[in-house]
Amino acid sequence: MKQTLKIAAIAALMATGPALADLTIPDTSYRTGPYAPNGIPFSDGYQDYFTLLNERDGGIGGERINLVECETAYNTEKGVECYEATKSAGNGALLYQPLSTGIAYQLIPKATADGIPLHTMGYGRTSAKNGSVFEWVFNYPANYWDAASHAITHILEQNGGDISGKKITLLYHNSAYGKEPIRTLEELGRKHGYELTTVPVDHPGQEQKSQWLQIRRDRPDYVIMWGWGAMNQVAVQEAVNIRFPMENFIGNWYSGAESDVRGAGAGATGYKTVTFHSLGRDYPLYDEIQRYVVDAGKAAGAGDQLGTVLYNRGLYAAMLAAEAIRTAQEIHGVSAINAAQLRDGMENLEMTEARMAALGLPNFGPEFKVTCENHGGNGYGAIAQWDAAADEFRLITDYFQSDQEIVSSLIAEDSAAYAAENGITPRC
Amino acid sequence: MFYREAGDFKTSYVDDSQTFPIRVDRYGYYALLAVAFGVLPFLVNDYWVNAVLLPFLIYAIAAIGLNILVGYCGQVSLGTGGFMAVGAYACYKLMTGFPEINIFFHVILSGGITAAVCVLFGLPSLRIKGFYLAVATLAAQFFLVWLFNRVGWFYNYSASGQINAPERTVFGIAVTGAQNPPWAAYLFCLVFTVGCALIARNLTRGMAGRKWMAIRDMDIAAEIIGVNPLKAKLTAFAVSGFFVGIAGALFFSVYLGAIEVGEAFGINKSFLVLFMVIIGGLGSIFGSFAGAAFLVLLPVFLKNVLVGGLGWPTDLAAHLEFMIVGALILIFLIAEPHGLAQLWRVTKEKLRLWPFPH
Repeated sequence: MKQTLKIAAIAALMATGPALADLTIPDTSYRTGPYAPNGIPFSDGYQDYFTLLNERDGGIGGERINLVECETAYNTEKGVECYEATKSAGNGALLYQPLSTGIAYQLIPKATADGIPLHTMGYGRTSAKNGSVFEWVFNYPANYWDAASHAITHILEQNGGDISGKKITLLYHNSAYGKEPIRTLEELGRKHGYELTTVPVDHPGQEQKSQWLQIRRDRPDYVIMWGWGAMNQVAVQEAVNIRFPMENFIGNWYSGAESDVRGAGAGATGYKTVTFHSLGRDYPLYDEIQRYVVDAGKAAGAGDQLGTVLYNRGLYAAMLAAEAIRTAQEIHGVSAINAAQLRDGMENLEMTEARMAALGLPNFGPEFKVTCENHGGNGYGAIAQWDAAADEFRLITDYFQSDQEIVSSLIAEDSAAYAAENGITPRC
Repeated sequence: MFYREAGDFKTSYVDDSQTFPIRVDRYGYYALLAVAFGVLPFLVNDYWVNAVLLPFLIYAIAAIGLNILVGYCGQVSLGTGGFMAVGAYACYKLMTGFPEINIFFHVILSGGITAAVCVLFGLPSLRIKGFYLAVATLAAQFFLVWLFNRVGWFYNYSASGQINAPERTVFGIAVTGAQNPPWAAYLFCLVFTVGCALIARNLTRGMAGRKWMAIRDMDIAAEIIGVNPLKAKLTAFAVSGFFVGIAGALFFSVYLGAIEVGEAFGINKSFLVLFMVIIGGLGSIFGSFAGAAFLVLLPVFLKNVLVGGLGWPTDLAAHLEFMIVGALILIFLIAEPHGLAQLWRVTKEKLRLWPFPH
């Protein structure tokens, strides 16, 4: 045992060895386990964007990006290990984007105590939108409660504005992630008069026979899904098996990747998903990625994920991080920023259409401006639909705003509870 | 030559029956304790505590608890994850319900509550044995996780179903919450680990432990010589539950700070602790530590070597890690079916005679 400890000590020393004077950004990815089909494309996109900046522009503002990858397998214990291992890498980690609600809940108090910003883009703790309570946590451009509202608004439009008496089932991953939308859907149900049933699926979700038997028996008009990883593929397959009308099956933005629907074949055509960024690869930026990253042999992973939904989401996450770094460099007038300065950059981030077009991603996401009170954007999202013949998700609506009346009041309530529990005085 | 008992005379029975009868062992043990309590707290940083020491200490407690049940009393249990969840949720309810009471007592009380739950689920052991009991405890695992997911009271009706440990102090120093200094969290867990190991060691070599072992070796024979199987089995469940509950409480409050029951205390946790016990050595306190060290430290070590040292891609390293740990488990169990503890015992026997084995 002592021997093992000794060897581990040497290993840990080796791990923290080379310190580079760059902007260090950890990538807590998961390329193994039941969530790998979703973790790989996101991480590839995230890394490729920073590789592009390094190769094309020599980094951001002359500072190269030092990306430190750490495998979490979507497991909170490994996530904590990764956080502790990477937080002092290089000159100190600037930003964490764990892509896991479970790990995000772990990191909110830890990162706040250590003064490292956390960007949980469209996941994590929804009430972190209230920046006056959650100083170090950001979840722009949209959150889970927005997604729940987007799905309901879309159903409303399909039914000419009246869905009273309709039956809607929420099929959710039985975890903090999956439970997030329940309260919002209940509140919206009270407002619009639909009847909500919730059906949990336990981790990892490979076995859903009983859940779909229940759905078959209840005959809901719509099924909304909050799934991730292997659960999505199984659910879509089961829905096809019971011949559930796919256009009435709506996933949130973490249940709408190509790998989730391809397995079900042609039957999955019509499956819908909410998204907060655009899809496909018809953007000028992709030409540059091809030229500087893929053709140079520097693509992350196998390099076969370009243009997929989650690859685009990884690009988007990296792009927002890079823009926040640029904003921070402008505010503070230094190029080698630290984590606290990046937080200021994130709090003053403004994404405009002109800026996105200049970056080679025109119309890629909604416009938003982060402020001290609002760390979560304005809650714009769109609906995309799967076409198995064309093998792609296609946007079928414009970006529209979520029901701010309900979402904002829930956020105010939940963040006030968090502030009271942890003795936080709102900043602004 | 160095490791021998020549000249180490015992003049009383007490001397003869101590835990470490050989002087070198005893001094080694004192030295280890001195380093653990006196030196390590000054050296450790966040990474060492949160990634290496805390999981090792906490899993060691859980492994000791399960070892009492499986290794000493012979009752196979697959419910460890569920029982750890009882400890964690008991601790959470106590922490939030009685914030004025010291966290130290909350952890001990959580152990007590878990012991009670464990006894309840141990009742079937009086009628069913072996694999069938394993299935009954498996039911406990799934039932408890389902219960904590389902009933809002256990997680204080929080929207996400997660429980978060508020900050609690011992002697004015935070041991839970995000602001705790790493050495405080480490020392807090170390006190519990050492305490549990001492209690377990003394229970297992006393009357209670002998009764457990009699039941394990042959329950009918044990009954004939006067061991009450009801009392023996249920005390084993109670003591095991107490330790596992403490481990669960520490796992939640000190180590992770926020818990999602399905993910943190799923069936995987039950298997992990069972593997620690089997690899470490059934019926050995040292084995519990060795098994916990093997399964906690080896993956972290491999990761640091493969990713940090050699710079390999993280996914390749993660897959290799599975293969290496799996292969090592096989090799150890083939080479020494009685686990690391037996390996250690054999090594000591050889060392005593070395370098003149004849």
